[in-house]
Amino acid sequence: MSLRVNDLRVHYRTLRGEVKALDGVSFTMADGEILGLAGESGCGKTTLGKSLIRMDGRMRHAGGTVELDGRDLPIGDDKAMIAFRFHEVSLIPQYSMSAMNPTRRIGRMVAELLRSRGVPLDVKELESRLDLVGLPREVLNRYPIELSGGMKQRMVMVISTLLDPSLLIADEITSALDVSTQQAVAKALLGFRESGYVKSMIFITHDLALTSHIADTIMVMYAGRLAEKAPSNKLTKAPRHPYTRLLINSLPEIGVRHQDRMLKGIPGSPPSLLDPPRGCRFRDRCPMAGEECAEDPPPVEIEPNHFVACWKA
Amino acid sequence: MLKVDNVTKVYKVGTFGGKTMTAVDAVSFDVRPGEVVSLIGESGSGKSTLGKMILGLVPITSGSITVDGVAVKPGKEYYRSVQGVFQDPFSCYNPVFKADRVFQLIKESYYPAVPAAEWTERVRSAIRDVRLNPDEVLGKFPHQLSGGQLQRLLIARALLLDLKLLIADEITSMLDASTRIDVLNLLAELKARGLGVLYVTHDLSLGHYLAERTVVLRHGTVVEMGVTAKVFDDPLHPYTRQLLSAVPRLHAPWEEAAPVGSCLYHERGGTGGLLEADPGHFVACAQLSNC
Repeated sequence: MSLRVNDLRVHYRTLRGEVKALDGVSFTMADGEILGLAGESGCGKTTLGKSLIRMDGRMRHAGGTVELDGRDLPIGDDKAMIAFRFHEVSLIPQYSMSAMNPTRRIGRMVAELLRSRGVPLDVKELESRLDLVGLPREVLNRYPIELSGGMKQRMVMVISTLLDPSLLIADEITSALDVSTQQAVAKALLGFRESGYVKSMIFITHDLALTSHIADTIMVMYAGRLAEKAPSNKLTKAPRHPYTRLLINSLPEIGVRHQDRMLKGIPGSPPSLLDPPRGCRFRDRCPMAGEECAEDPPPVEIEPNHFVACWKA
Repeated sequence: MLKVDNVTKVYKVGTFGGKTMTAVDAVSFDVRPGEVVSLIGESGSGKSTLGKMILGLVPITSGSITVDGVAVKPGKEYYRSVQGVFQDPFSCYNPVFKADRVFQLIKESYYPAVPAAEWTERVRSAIRDVRLNPDEVLGKFPHQLSGGQLQRLLIARALLLDLKLLIADEITSMLDASTRIDVLNLLAELKARGLGVLYVTHDLSLGHYLAERTVVLRHGTVVEMGVTAKVFDDPLHPYTRQLLSAVPRLHAPWEEAAPVGSCLYHERGGTGGLLEADPGHFVACAQLSNC
């Protein structure tokens, strides 16, 4: 088992109180698994990704444990995390476009980064990784501003994985890209796993269709909790949680026209996480809600590897 | 109604404007009343520049854009009938003021003579038209409303005018999947009222869902345009085919993109004119006869 997350709780401190962005999430990931993490904005998917590497000072670890390759990950302790950050857990940030130092040629920046971690630069290895993501080797002599968005994204992917982390977190890395670049980036991610540069991966996105292409398992979150987690084809073909169903039904796909079949959004908005209501958090927007939904639905494994947190599933 | 005729836009770039860059190159298309036309292109294809030229926000280098036969003329009269809604609803509001101030500004500059009570009723009915509850959204600050609500308020604001043409530039790309579709359905309702909508997007599936006709742009030129069903079901240009094959679909694996090696479009860019393949289906491809 590569990653084991148990009842993880992460809060943000604000002037009005603690925002419970992640409120008791448990899941496991197998070796070599790519987990797609989907949900609306504010559902806690980015918080979950960032909390595993502890990159954000505003986060407060409020409970729960994380185990990576059998070792406890000290996600509540900034100092202790230094040994793990980028070596064991690495992150491709959402803001990749501006993640590189604009005043350095990329090659020099990479060398400086590696030196700061006490690792010698292996130019051959670096070049073979550039080939893998389909970047010309001469990008090392260029400045970040000379690269297009998709190229920058792929360069940051290479940099984030130089230390061969066990777990890679890719946070919304395709949302700013065009479809053809999106495809190239997604395939490069698969290449990383095949070449063994990373062992497992969490792919955070709001694009369910794209996730279904590269992820083995998809986890849908809602308001800081797990709603449903299942193998990709099962989740897209036979979702059990009402939220997943509505989400999938709201996706316009090529082949669907407004005049033939009108798609519907999900009315309402998620509850405030400052003081989340008791019981199922999707209750107010759920067409199937009943009296039992006033109690918290626990995630239940209804089939092997298919977890659903819903009384009606 | 909207007629874009042979429009070119050349930007001056470089430190002292010494270099030039052609963002839009001899583009022609039209939008009729009661029709949604989607303008599809990747970043740098010139789709937003076209939208801005129609709104009079950037000047045209050559060619002409007319709405009902009248050339683009930025000013009150023009904006009474042509309005735009943009990508980021959060930065369209002044965070210091309440969100409904955008309606008050419309009254002050366009309808100063309308009595306050009648105006309030007009605002409330426009808000109901965009499928929002006036009591829930009026009197709120922008941060208290969701992106989908803010975006729909901007559309309601445009509806208060005598709107004929709406330029919707990537209006759903900042919204969640669950609210995105509501905004699209709203646009579809608007066209039933006779409004023309130019829907600028990079998302092919959204364009396909909504539009009667589709214009595919690449590097500032039109590569293919026609009735949406024709362009998507029977794409003729290799670039359109490649774009379509790259769209991730929920229940099907990625199709292998058609080989483009044998095709000259990569090297040649524009081919110097559109050919009419079927009635109303235009494509810019020199190889069309050989395909």
